[in-house]
Amino acid sequence: MALTFSSSRRSSGPPRPRYDREQVLTAGLFLLPALVVLGVFVIYPIVAAGQISLTSWNGFDPVKEFIGFDNYVRLAQDPEFWNSLLVTCVYAVGVCLLSVATGLVVALLLDAPIRGRGIYRGIYFLPAVTSSVAAAIVWKYMLDPAGFVNGLLAQVGIAGPDWLQDRWLALGALTALTVWKNLGFNAVLYLTALQALPQGVFEAAQIDGAGWWQRLRHITLPLLAPMTFFVVVQALITSFQAFDLVYVLTGGGPQGGTEVLGMLMYREAFRLGDFGYGTAIAFVTLALVLGVTLVQWRASGAGKSSLR
Amino acid sequence: MRRSLRVNLARHVVLIAGAAFVVVPFLWMFTTALQTRAETYTNTSIFPTSWHWENFVKAWEAAPFGQYYLNSIVMAVGIVAGHLVLDALAAYAFARLSFPFKNAIFVVLLAALLIPTFVTIIPAYAIVADLGWIDTYWGLIVPRLADVFGIILLRQFFTSIPQEIEDAARIDGCSRIGIFFRVIVPLSTPAFATLAIFSFLFAWNDFLWPLLVTNTDEVRTIQIGLASFVGRYGTSWNYLMAGTLTATIPSIVVFLFFQRALVRGIATTGLKD
Repeated sequence: MALTFSSSRRSSGPPRPRYDREQVLTAGLFLLPALVVLGVFVIYPIVAAGQISLTSWNGFDPVKEFIGFDNYVRLAQDPEFWNSLLVTCVYAVGVCLLSVATGLVVALLLDAPIRGRGIYRGIYFLPAVTSSVAAAIVWKYMLDPAGFVNGLLAQVGIAGPDWLQDRWLALGALTALTVWKNLGFNAVLYLTALQALPQGVFEAAQIDGAGWWQRLRHITLPLLAPMTFFVVVQALITSFQAFDLVYVLTGGGPQGGTEVLGMLMYREAFRLGDFGYGTAIAFVTLALVLGVTLVQWRASGAGKSSLR
Repeated sequence: MRRSLRVNLARHVVLIAGAAFVVVPFLWMFTTALQTRAETYTNTSIFPTSWHWENFVKAWEAAPFGQYYLNSIVMAVGIVAGHLVLDALAAYAFARLSFPFKNAIFVVLLAALLIPTFVTIIPAYAIVADLGWIDTYWGLIVPRLADVFGIILLRQFFTSIPQEIEDAARIDGCSRIGIFFRVIVPLSTPAFATLAIFSFLFAWNDFLWPLLVTNTDEVRTIQIGLASFVGRYGTSWNYLMAGTLTATIPSIVVFLFFQRALVRGIATTGLKD
């Protein structure tokens, strides 16, 4: 994200202590509608969620009974939560690794003057614009015991498994579906980053006799580190927020085998009516996402992307 | 020369294999939608073998897809219009005006972008319930009238418009609001197009929020209708795929027509939905 926090061009020079009255009024008028919507439905709920997670609120009672950190204590002792955490972590690792690998490979292949580049890009992007519900429905029925995948396997003499009834196969299918859906998006991100790389370094390396692999290993990949960081964080957020795909593909089953944190939260809050507990799950998810992002940020050295 | 030809051929082979993996589910959906029910259970072809177009009619009769479609259109139009107006106004303030706490407000908005939906969704649901907006278009639209992504996208674009153009309009006696509508907005058509496409795709494909705030077919969107269709007609694969296909067509059409604007949007902001 190439975002800068520079204020408008006219405020260059020494800082002015006074604001132009007309400008402030216009700004207030322009900002008001968006800030009201975002304030009421996004910013305030973040604060409110912190409070709700400390209550046993069922979503309807006018009174929210304060129970301190009981919800979090209960989480720590809840085997369903630990199962969900394990499932989410395995899923997240799979999605992150495969997203980087597939996105990078497709981008590297497309980063050349080849025929039909636009067509390839269009095809690879198709799943990204398809709704999660539609995508998951199609995958669900392709993976059905009487479906397309096992039909093909049967033709070559293999008795296909019941994919969505086995815990780990179902999680694998969910991972594949997620990667399939985001492939085009990740490829476009990597492609953008590739095309912004300074060409001079590659020419210099080629003159020095560096081969294709050496250039990729020692120039391209290090220079792409910030984008890799970004793709990983996106994949991480996607998997920790996963809901639509899981809801339709497996509903969290079999026996909780694909019950990611989002599904667990949905079940606790909206099926079982425990909003306090559901919010506590959401907060733990948030803490995990932020924590892992921070570690990844430090480890990848995304802040310093210079060649060493 | 011959080596580069080989490399190129290898590239195409890998790309085509990948493209096949990507496209097969779409072909299978199309093929299945046109089959008889008996055929669907034995089919191993991804290309159509029979052409029962009446499946589409039957699917639409089996569930109120027309109503779902209408609801999705109403919601999408509301959200797109909201994003175009509210995001643009806010983006202009961030791009061009100076006012107190400008950077602080912008950082708070950016930070909110990183918060998972799950954290905010329960309190947001409670607010909508308090307002009596469950099962109404209000509940589907109003909470999503503005979004941070659009503000960032448009702010980037507005900042790139030369200040001199604005100054000239000002000297000619144009007011601040006049400048916004007569100078900035006409110059920013590509950015507005990009935002409109993103917002439409987001709205059309959105699932969790409409799932929570709708209970009846009168306001259910197409994605929710589709998900409940799975439960009711799960064994009629041909109708199910016909319904899924009709629900998917608008996003694919929008994408095919506006692919460039979409890819440009990802390239400039690196963000999805």
